[in-house]
Amino acid sequence: MTILEVDSVIKRYGTETVALDNVSFSVQPGEFVAIIGPSGAGKSTLLRCINRLIDVTSGDIRFAGVSVPQLRGAALRRHRTQIGMIFQHYNLVNRLSVIENVLHGRLGYKNTLQGILGLYSEQEKRDAVRILETLGLTEQMYKRCDQLSGGQKQRVGIARALVQKPKMLLCDEPIASLDPSSAKVIMDTLQDINRTMGITVLVNLHQVDVALHYAERIIGVNKGRIIYDGAPHALSNAQIYQIYGSEAGELILDLKERYAA
Amino acid sequence: MQPEAFFRRRRLQSLLFLLIITALTYGGILMTQFDVTQGLMAIPRAFSWAIANFIPDERAWSRLPRILEKLQETVLMAVASSSIASVFGLGLALLGANTTRPHPWFSLPARALASVFRNIDVSVWALILLFSFGQSGFTGFFALFFVTLGFITRVMVETIDEVSTDSVEALRATGAGYTAIISQSVIPACLPQLISWVLYMIETNIRSATLVGILTGTGIGFLFDLYFKNFSYGSASLVVLLTVAVVLIIETVSNYVRRVIL
Repeated sequence: MTILEVDSVIKRYGTETVALDNVSFSVQPGEFVAIIGPSGAGKSTLLRCINRLIDVTSGDIRFAGVSVPQLRGAALRRHRTQIGMIFQHYNLVNRLSVIENVLHGRLGYKNTLQGILGLYSEQEKRDAVRILETLGLTEQMYKRCDQLSGGQKQRVGIARALVQKPKMLLCDEPIASLDPSSAKVIMDTLQDINRTMGITVLVNLHQVDVALHYAERIIGVNKGRIIYDGAPHALSNAQIYQIYGSEAGELILDLKERYAA
Repeated sequence: MQPEAFFRRRRLQSLLFLLIITALTYGGILMTQFDVTQGLMAIPRAFSWAIANFIPDERAWSRLPRILEKLQETVLMAVASSSIASVFGLGLALLGANTTRPHPWFSLPARALASVFRNIDVSVWALILLFSFGQSGFTGFFALFFVTLGFITRVMVETIDEVSTDSVEALRATGAGYTAIISQSVIPACLPQLISWVLYMIETNIRSATLVGILTGTGIGFLFDLYFKNFSYGSASLVVLLTVAVVLIIETVSNYVRRVIL
């Protein structure tokens, strides 16, 4: 039983640019998958096609047995509630408090009136508080988000995704704007969520060493095509060259050797 | 190029520029037959005349209650037109902004409408509306309303795209509906900017209301016009002084509010 099936997906911007060129892969429930590749390889586009922030040009995506590209209106919203998303720039409403931002994760379950007025149930608020506790943000709960550090903001982003009670998390460069120690906290948190809650995690990464360390499976993308799909230890140097191009490849291999040593 | 040659060219350029300016000025003086010495001599006389005539006299102070009443009318008009126009302007901006437009087709008409309202000057609006509403408060109200609507729409389109694009994407990803996204993320993110611009428009509109009043025969502008044409310069200057005072007070208040909310 697969949770996600991406089947010959093509995404074109305009008539010229091909962001995704016949991409196919499937993900099992509970997998931790890292998607690596250079900037502009189509990683972000791929994630956004899965929760339909971007429409595919052709091909099919099935999530929990439901075909995604045809979804409209309420069915599309229901689909999105099952998938949490985490962003490079956290995408919080900076002027609102931490708890308000976390509760935004419940808006997908609300009708129009509840949504406009921001009416959340006791249970939802308790859930939000509990999730903030597990992420170590209890003290920050009523602070405005613009008073937090980058690592704290990203944990708020994770809390907002978790309060959705998602089956899968899509993480778009979650640590690209963070310092190394905050980045480690975030990656450890994602791994912990994956292991203890059984939530499938799909994470876009720039950092090959991080991907190799955390992921159970690597998907390497270049120019919209999948170059590699398999276990981290089986990823060969030649394949890293292929994913990143020669010069960047050398630098990455350097890091990989040092990391291994 | 040698450094000497470069700086010589620079000096020549400056000299040429100076010559052109002098020639233009002198030519202008000749063409308009402007007597420079007489013009300069007139300045002190103008001042002494102004000081003698524009100091509010006994009669001016006896008109104070009437002036204050009209001033209050004008301030309330400016506040009402600014705040009501801002509500509509925010609605139009939501249709026009790339982040929040319900469909790409809405964007251009909303922005075009705002542009038309904004680019017709408030005095022109007042003259056009005179035909429909005559010399009444409505004319002034709508003239200020239209200009404010155009202005608020324009600045809010930019603000919305600037401050809420990221969080709108995040809320769409959670499955939130359009109205929930607007009320939970766009409005909270933009509200301080909106309030700040509304305060700015209230200040601007009090100044404009004076001019509009002259044209439409209402409010403080009408009183100024009346006194001025009756040679009651003292009363006219009291009107001006009080208007300036009110504008300064409102500026102080809104600067304080801005500091608190931003």
